[in-house]
Amino acid sequence: MTMLVHEGQPTLLPRLSASRKRERVERTDGVAPKLRSRGLRAFFGKKEVLKGIDLPVAAREVTAVIGPSGCGKSTWIRCLNRMHELIADARLEGAVELDGRDVYARDVDPVLLRRRIGMVFQKPNPFPTMSIRDNVLAGLRLTGTLARVRPAEVVERALRQAALWDEVKDSLTQPGASLSGGQQQRLCIARTLAVDPEVILMDEPCSALDPIATARIEDLIHALSDRYTIVIVTHNMQQATRVSDSTAFFLMGELVEHAPTNQLFTSPKDRRTEEYITGRFG
Amino acid sequence: MNGAGKNEPDGTPTHDPGKAPTNDPSSASRRRRHVAFVALALGATVLPLAVLAMLLGGVTLDGLGRIGWDFLTSYPSRRAARAGILPGLVGSISLISLTAALAVPIGVGAAVYLEEYGKRTRIARIIELNIANLAGVPSVIYGLLGLGVFVRTLGMGRSLLAGACTLALLVLPIVIVASREALKNVPDSTREACLALGSTRWQAIRQVVLPMAFPEILTGVILAVSRAIGETAPLVVIGALAYVTFLPDGVLAPFTTLPIQIFDWVSRPQQSFAVNAAAGIVVLMGTLLALNGVAIGLRARLQRRKA
Ligand SMILES: Nc1ncnc2c1ncn2[C@@H]1O[C@H](COP(=O)(O)OP(=O)(O)OP(=O)(O)O)[C@@H](O)[C@H]1O
Ligand SMILES: [Mg+2]
Repeated sequence: MTMLVHEGQPTLLPRLSASRKRERVERTDGVAPKLRSRGLRAFFGKKEVLKGIDLPVAAREVTAVIGPSGCGKSTWIRCLNRMHELIADARLEGAVELDGRDVYARDVDPVLLRRRIGMVFQKPNPFPTMSIRDNVLAGLRLTGTLARVRPAEVVERALRQAALWDEVKDSLTQPGASLSGGQQQRLCIARTLAVDPEVILMDEPCSALDPIATARIEDLIHALSDRYTIVIVTHNMQQATRVSDSTAFFLMGELVEHAPTNQLFTSPKDRRTEEYITGRFG
Repeated sequence: MNGAGKNEPDGTPTHDPGKAPTNDPSSASRRRRHVAFVALALGATVLPLAVLAMLLGGVTLDGLGRIGWDFLTSYPSRRAARAGILPGLVGSISLISLTAALAVPIGVGAAVYLEEYGKRTRIARIIELNIANLAGVPSVIYGLLGLGVFVRTLGMGRSLLAGACTLALLVLPIVIVASREALKNVPDSTREACLALGSTRWQAIRQVVLPMAFPEILTGVILAVSRAIGETAPLVVIGALAYVTFLPDGVLAPFTTLPIQIFDWVSRPQQSFAVNAAAGIVVLMGTLLALNGVAIGLRARLQRRKA
């Protein structure tokens, strides 16, 4: 699938040491993208819902994906962390490269890949049987890596990063489902951060939230983009302009335009982009 | 009916087809029919309950006086007044525990396979069809199967183990169907959340999906146990004894159960044994209620933790 050679390199080590990670990020920053989809085509049965998407995702930036409902935004980001293939009769062609290596190569374990590319879903989905604390630790516990860390530290760090610590620090043993929708979504973000991914995918993370909760999450995304590469799908174009560095516009399974957010919203190159962002269709 | 209550632009109320006009000639008869139907449904609910209450009440009146510590701790005897139910009680409880110990892991395992892994595969569909069929097989047939397979071929003899294996087969469809329902009720978003955190399917199932489904699985197990504890026919077929003057000392020991003991007493001509039978029925019901109570309590506690 990929044309890149990677002899001798162990593929997708479960964790890179912090120093190596920093070094690698510096090397690729501004040069090679963190993620890149190449000629990505996705199918549900016979229906082709992505028709060859070529799109780079810059490291430690926020990339927004916009487009009308059903254009394939969710499908595309689910291809990035290999969630697409979990759906029966879903199929895919092309390549997704993480740090230049195809994540669909035969020797890549999707389970390990998903620890490097985390995902936050549209509907907050904390684990209902678990406390707030256990929700944050769920990823580590699930993957049997909890013994390698100090749980209390991980919980505090992840919750602080997700801007939730002050609200829940006295109720860590309460069930995760007892939080408000916005808090639940930040808990889900904390849960994702606790496994220390490199990329965070967010599929309309604010669509179930009120404006105040939305604003908090947007601030959070902003802050996280210092350290993480973020892809966010959104229906809200103001949100795209507020949080993202670059924006990609999808239409009917195709990438119409990808440009720095400012440029895309002020002087779109494609007529269809212009029609969409000015609300003339979609 | 979306026009309900809306006014025309000029302020005059529209005719609202949503509100049934009261002058419709058919509406009175429709209401009468409605009342008749409710009465019928109520009768259909109350009548069987009343009959059941009478039966249970009668049995309890007959038997309650007979129940005492002696009755619960004595072995059967030719003399009704000295006969007790101990072997049946111990036999039933051991048999049910063993049955659950066999049926629950196998049943839940099968449900996990069918629901989480085998979805849409040909083999899963064949298994599903067979489970549905198995649920309809009369229990005597299970007895014959148990006699042929467990008692004879596998050489378990007329033992507790053979009985438990037979009953486990009998209740397996209930456990599987209930567990599958329970797993179906765990939303896919939960599974996706686990996988997106980098867990394997099995890690997600074992640590998140099964714990979430557990209270409901327990409901199925309660149903299954309630069914198994009253079963008599298959146990008679595999050769459970009716007159036992010892307690089973292991899974390969011969045994009797409460229903068999009750059946034995009922079939005797003397009135005094009929009283024993009534008392035995009360003990059986009590055991069933106690078992269910424990399971329901456990489930309530788990659900409270979940909420
Ligand atoms: N599980 C599925 N099975 C079959 N078709 C699907 C499935 N999921 C999505 N599709 C189809 O794939 C296309 C793209 O869907 P996708 O969910 O990626 O759209 P989207 O851009 O995320 O839309 P929205 O903004 O409404 O979330 C749609 O036409 C949809 O009908
Ligand atoms: Mg979507």
